[in-house]
Formats: sequence, C-alpha cells, structure tokens
Amino acid sequence: MNETATATTTPNRIASHKTAEAMIVMEHVNKWYGDFHVLKDINLTVARGERIVLCGPSGSGKSTTIRCINRLEAHQSGRIVVDGIELSDDVRQIEAIRKEVGMVFQHFNLFPHLTVLENCTLAPIWVKKMPKKEAEVIAMHFLERVRIPDQANKYPGQLSGGQQQRVAIARALCMKPKVMLFDEPTSALDPEMVKEVLDTMIELAEEGMTMLCVTHEMGFARTVADRVIFMDKGEIVEEAPPEVFFTNPQNERTKQFLGQILNH
Amino acid sequence: MTHETASSLQPPKVIFSPIGWMREHLFSSVWNSILTLITLYILWLLVPPVIEWAFLKASWVGTSRDDCTPGGACWVFIAQRWSQFMYGFYPEALRWRVDLAGILAVLWGGPLLFQRFPWKKLFGFSFLIGYPLIAWWLLYGGDLFGMTTVPTDQWGGLMLTLVIAAVGIAGAMPLGILFALGRRSELPVIKAVSIAFIEFWRGVPLISVLFMSSVMLPLFLPEGMNFDKLVRALIAVVLFQAAYIAEVVRGGLQAIPKGQYEAAQALGLNYWQMMGLIILPQALKLVIPGIVNTFIALFKDTSLVIIIGLSDFFMIIHRATVDPAWLGFATEGYVFAAAVYWIFCFGMSRYSIALEKRLNTDHRR
Ligand SMILES: Nc1ncnc2c1ncn2[C@@H]1O[C@H](COP(=O)(O)OP(=O)(O)OP(=O)(O)O)[C@@H](O)[C@H]1O
Ligand SMILES: [Mg+2]
Repeated sequence: MNETATATTTPNRIASHKTAEAMIVMEHVNKWYGDFHVLKDINLTVARGERIVLCGPSGSGKSTTIRCINRLEAHQSGRIVVDGIELSDDVRQIEAIRKEVGMVFQHFNLFPHLTVLENCTLAPIWVKKMPKKEAEVIAMHFLERVRIPDQANKYPGQLSGGQQQRVAIARALCMKPKVMLFDEPTSALDPEMVKEVLDTMIELAEEGMTMLCVTHEMGFARTVADRVIFMDKGEIVEEAPPEVFFTNPQNERTKQFLGQILNH
Repeated sequence: MTHETASSLQPPKVIFSPIGWMREHLFSSVWNSILTLITLYILWLLVPPVIEWAFLKASWVGTSRDDCTPGGACWVFIAQRWSQFMYGFYPEALRWRVDLAGILAVLWGGPLLFQRFPWKKLFGFSFLIGYPLIAWWLLYGGDLFGMTTVPTDQWGGLMLTLVIAAVGIAGAMPLGILFALGRRSELPVIKAVSIAFIEFWRGVPLISVLFMSSVMLPLFLPEGMNFDKLVRALIAVVLFQAAYIAEVVRGGLQAIPKGQYEAAQALGLNYWQMMGLIILPQALKLVIPGIVNTFIALFKDTSLVIIIGLSDFFMIIHRATVDPAWLGFATEGYVFAAAVYWIFCFGMSRYSIALEKRLNTDHRR
C-alpha cells in the first residue's frame, strides 16, 4: 500500500488545513422533504478521533443528518466534507466517501442470503478488490473482536439480535473505515442484548475510532462521548461535553428532553 | 448445558401406522368419512377404465393399424411415428446432430442445475457462451468443417419445441431482469422505455405477435432481406416472455426492504454490485414460483408457432392423426402429446421446489 498512490487516486481532496484536521465538516447544511424543512442550517465538525453522541426527540432529524454524511440522503444546500473529500453529485466522490465511512443501522440490515463471514468479506472483495483469502482473515479478526468468531458460517437469521448487530459492526469495520456512523444501534434490541452491543462500541471508542452515534443511551454518552449534540426540529440546539450537557443544559428544550429521558 | 438430564432427552419417536394415519386423515369425522367414500367411489369409476384402455388392453408392438386390437390404445401409432415426432422433417441421416446437441445440453448444462461443485462458475460461463454457438452449428450447420446446412423449415417435432422453449427461457430471463431494473430506475428515460416495452408486450396476444412477425415484418424490411421464420418466432417469444418475467421480477424487487439497499450503498457497492450481489439474489429467490410459472406457460405456448407454419411437437402429432394410414387414432396422439408436455412442465415444477428448498437460508423469524 503506497501512500502517494492512494492519495492521488482519491478524487479531489481539499487541502485547506481547517478541513484537513477534521474528519467530518458540515457547513450550513439544509434539506427539505418537499415543503418540510428537515435540516435547518446544520453546522457540525467532527475532529479525528472524536466521539460524538447525537440525541433529540423523534423526528428531529438525527437520522437524516448522519445519512447525509454518506449520501444515503442528499442535502440541498451547504457543504459536507468527509476526510477532505467534498460530497457532490459525482458518483466517484460518493463512492470514495462511502469507502471511508462505516454505518451501523437500527435494524442491522445484514444480508440474509449470505453467511456472517460472507457479509463481512463482500465489500472488501468487491469494493476494495481484496483477494478472498485476505478478506476472510480480516473478517475473522473483526468477528473475534466483536466476540462471535464461532458464528462465522451461520446465516444472520440464525443469530440473536445482539449478535446480528455485532456482526453488522464487524461488517462495517472490515472496510477499515475512518469514521463510524451509528443510527440508534441498540433501540431495536431486547434490553439484555443492549449491553453486549454497547460494550463493543465502547471498545471501539477506546481504540480511537472517530464515531458519530445517534443514541438515547445516556450512560454510553456519559462515558464515551467527547461532545453531546442535541437536535430538535431540524436544528442543532445545544452542543456540550457530557459533564456540562447533563448537569447544566442551557436551552429549555434540552432541559425538557433530558427531563423526559432521564426520569422514566 | 448445565442440565444433563434435560439435554440428554431424546425427541419423542413418531411411529407410523397406516391405520392410525387413515383414522386421523381420512375418517376423522362423519363428514370427512363421507367425503372419503365419495372420492373413492369416483376414483373407482374413472381409474380402472383408463388403466384398461391405456395399458391392459393396449397394443404396443406392430407396424400398422392392423396390429392394434379395438378397445385399447394403439401405441403402435406412436412407436411408428416416434422419430418424426422427435425430429420433424430433419434429414434422417443428420439426426445424430440433434442427438449430440441434446446430449451436450444434458452433460454440459445439466450439472449447473444442481449442487455446487468446484469450478462451477467457470463451467457455467463456458456453457452460456459456448453451448449456444455449438448447438447452432450442430443443428443448423454452416460452412465450418463442412457441416451440411439444415434450413430451419425442416426442423420440427419435440426438437423444435425444445429449441423454442430453451431460447425463450435463456433469452427472456436476462432481458426480463434488465427491464424490471429499468422500470424501477431513477433515470426517467430508462424508466419510460422499460414501462413502454413491458406494457406493449404484455398487452398484445402472442398469437398476434407471431402473425405480425411473419406478415408485417417483411413489409418493413428492405427488399430481398429475409429473416429466417424461426428466428423471427424466437425473437417474438423472447420479447413477449421478457415482459412477463420483468413484472414477476419487479414484484420480487419490491419485496426487498429498503435497508438492504442502504446497507449495500453504505458499504460502497456500486449500482450493479448492489443489484447483482445483494438485491437480485434475494428478489429472484422470492419469485422462483412466479418465474417457473411463466416458463411453464411459455413451454406450452410454444405450440402457437404453428400459426406461422412451423411444425412443432404438437403440430407434428396433429398432422399424423389426419394421415389416412392412421385415421381414428387421434386420441392416442393427443394423449401422448399431453403426457410429454406434462412431463416437462412437471419436471420444471419439481425443480423449482427443490431450488427453493436449497436456497432457503433465511431462517427469518
Ligand atoms: N423520506 C422522507 N420523506 C418525507 N419525510 C421524511 C422522510 N424521511 C424522514 N422524514 C421526516 O423527516 C423528519 C426527520 O426524520 P429523521 O428520521 O431524521 O428523524 P430522527 O430524528 O431520526 O427520528 P427518530 O428518533 O424517530 O429516528 C421526520 O419528521 C420524518 O417524518
Ligand atoms: Mg432516526
């Protein structure tokens, strides 16, 4: 792996040093669904190695925000730059960004017709053109990290929810992403399985992965997050380190939200 | 695992007894018992005469109608005309070429229908590319190695039926998939073209398409340019069936959750990788029954080519039944035709069930 070769094949990296430091930059991002203004002037910078938790009431635009980062949704104005690559309509830019951004979904979205191992090796083989043997070694490595190497030859439908979500995390990690996006990874799980997934995420955070997590697991936010961001009605309302966010929220809407979520 | 006694318990053994089975399934209630008895009575009325006609009183060997006894089926007729039913008017001295093409199809293509084996992909690829060329060369001939050309108007019988069905299936499947994808495309032009194609071909009867291909097409083609009649029929069948396959496949595509597309995209797969590796394998598996249904219909519809003067399996048999030497044996001819069609269609049906079982890895809960 030659460093200069990879740099030149990646399209249009922006060299400005402000963006070079940041992993994700969102500037004045706006998005509408028809007349409905889902994202209102979102400004968000995620530094390398930073762990951010995004929370807010249902329908506030959290999912939409992170889905704009890897172009599962298109934004209509503003700029999004991921690892120096600016998101545009150009398919090559989009694919370049998707190679660097791993995503974990609420409903796992594993491929049911492929085994756990095949789920993990598919993208390295087809997107990174990695030899199958090498991809399998990497996949086993990450399956061990999420503690399910013994399930490698099963199909997703044979696993429990928590195991499936850990496979989904391993699958994303196999692409060696620079950022991981999580969209409520534990909210479809039975309570007893939440912990095993959160533990995996905490380990990942401890290893220095840049993470942007939509979650209502406030314990996770407290222990892991560098910053907690609160969204409401398509806006970023408040942004603070967890110790400030939980003890001394400034905005009324944040207080109300925290009141609901912490006292139930 | 900690409970030794619980884990070492065997599942209860099911002992099969015919009387127990009958009591449970056939005579479980008064009403059920009455139905069972009525059904048995109807079977008793129908089955023995048919068996008597088709087998017990049937004549099997001989050379002419005089060898047949009245009251039973005259299978001598079928035996005497067998090779014509199979090959149509294909020159007798060259029929080994048809046999060879058939044997190749079974040995080369047959294994692809079953379990995985090493090199299956390469094997399949070589079959898809190589077999059509070799089969065409064997059946039609041409200058290569001095094969005598056998014009397609001499093709006929079961061989012609199988050629049309095989080309129809092999052509309609990929084309249908493309149009199904096209119909769901976000590019307006591709979408419009796909919808127009599908709706046109679905909206007209195959018989009129075949007529048009033989009557109208020559009007539009430049003078002297002449398309082979069989080729025209093949194109018509492929396009017609592709429209049906497209709609069946589209049904499957719609059943795939959006999350599958998103996961594939998030991993960086491009459109064709996403479709080919994630979406289509799942969608096609879901619609195997619909696809096989379409192919069974296609197989039987091949008999419509008689209206443009091709002598397929059914037509050859029909003609033989009006041959003065064998007048009066139409029943045997049609029963034989029906039996052969049934065997092929039933085979497809069983294959589809086996395929569904083999591909069922979902264990969806
Ligand atoms: N495809 C769509 N078309 C129209 N409106 C949409 C679409 N997707 C989302 N929305 C709307 O956009 C708003 C934001 O949705 P989003 O999924 O980002 O919310 P969220 O903060 O993730 O909520 P939740 O906690 O329920 O997941 C919601 O009001 C939703 O109804
Ligand atoms: Mg959401």
